[in-house]
Amino acid sequence: MSNKNESLGKTIGVVLALCLVCSILVAGSAVALKPMQEKNAALAMQRHILNAAGILEAGMDIPSVYDERIKAHVVSLEDYQVVQDKDPKDFDNRKAAGDPETSTKLDKSEDIAGLGTMETMTEVYLVMDESGNRNGAVLHIRGQGLWGTMYGLISLEDDMSTVRGVHFYEHSETPGLGGEITNPSWVKTWEGKELYGDDGKVKFDLVKGGASGEHEVDALSGATLTSNGVDALIDFWMSDKAYGPLLDKLRKGELTNG
Amino acid sequence: MASAKEMKSVLFGPIFANNPIALQILGICSALAVTSKMSNTLVMCIALTAVVAASNFFISIIRNHIPSSVRIIVQMTIIASLVIVVDQVLRAYAYEISRELSVFVGLIITNCIVMGRAEAYAMKSTPFMSLLDGIGNGLGYSVVLLVVGFIRELFGSGSLFDVQILPLASEGGWYEPVGLLLMPPSAFFIIGGFIWVLRTFRTEQVEPKE
Repeated sequence: MSNKNESLGKTIGVVLALCLVCSILVAGSAVALKPMQEKNAALAMQRHILNAAGILEAGMDIPSVYDERIKAHVVSLEDYQVVQDKDPKDFDNRKAAGDPETSTKLDKSEDIAGLGTMETMTEVYLVMDESGNRNGAVLHIRGQGLWGTMYGLISLEDDMSTVRGVHFYEHSETPGLGGEITNPSWVKTWEGKELYGDDGKVKFDLVKGGASGEHEVDALSGATLTSNGVDALIDFWMSDKAYGPLLDKLRKGELTNG
Repeated sequence: MASAKEMKSVLFGPIFANNPIALQILGICSALAVTSKMSNTLVMCIALTAVVAASNFFISIIRNHIPSSVRIIVQMTIIASLVIVVDQVLRAYAYEISRELSVFVGLIITNCIVMGRAEAYAMKSTPFMSLLDGIGNGLGYSVVLLVVGFIRELFGSGSLFDVQILPLASEGGWYEPVGLLLMPPSAFFIIGGFIWVLRTFRTEQVEPKE
């Protein structure tokens, strides 16, 4: 190699040229692939929602089934009215929870699911049957597990108390232990359980060893903290603080646009 | 132009004779992290092979113009750019898997194999040979990862590529999965076993006693 390479001018020239080429490459690929990535993210969320609602089948055309069977609304969690100026298509639940404008800080005492902040508006997915009548709803839930936040969706029957399905689509629990929250056979044990007792309070529980009755499912073996987290997040989200009044409204068929 | 024999040894040498993981003990970190499922493992192998081959190729093209005072930075810039491109492509075309691989795609940048090959081979070889060397080392890495992934998924979850092979006891079958295999440390044991087997057959890899 010649000494010419080591001169200051050449060094700066090479570095600048390299940076230019690399930045064009990176920026180009990011811009070119962005529409595809956004489509993927939206599609993945639609699939999660259909999965939670128990409609998902292998090989189905997800966007068209979603359009037909799911009606999304952005609903305020302060006055439980539909928020008119937000388009459900562009609404991102997780973004709303992180944005100070659309979230409130939770007190330590009430923050049993370890959320920190809670969104003031959320996206609610009403599930329609084939003839267009409402027969259930899907709601966002999340809470602290052992290693990180567990993000999920819970789907309820039309009485807004019976569980139809639950689906944790993102979590970082230990594979094989807490990670079993996504195990289909465990998820199936949730089906038909009642969240609320006769007094209207959340009665649903994860219990160790031998769940019985309509309010209990088995906790995950070897994953006490994950199970506690799931238990707490159901308690939190279904309480009066979060979805309770909204579910009341849905039960009475009163979710109005006003 | 290099002879066919040399090309062959550059391409296939790293698979068993000079395996980057088993002999050079490079790139262990990602081998532990992504091998609990075959599908993730395979995508990671393809991603790494693509990055190491492309970075070797591009670095070799400009090797005579890289000032030696900034050569590591130049290599890093090229590698980092390639990794970002690979990450973007994965997000666009293999969304679910890219979510599961999460940070480990980005961490290809710090994978010692990529830097090691750039510095040790691509800086002094022709572009075509460097490309072959990159593919060869990618394959060597892939062989180890796929073996580890195969053992971990088959015995840890009773499945391969998410298809259930051994019926699980928790779902009414007879197979009780080995939970340890789903944890990263198990990959250490398997890689250790792999090195042991390899050195039993290729005794020249055993270091002389001190």
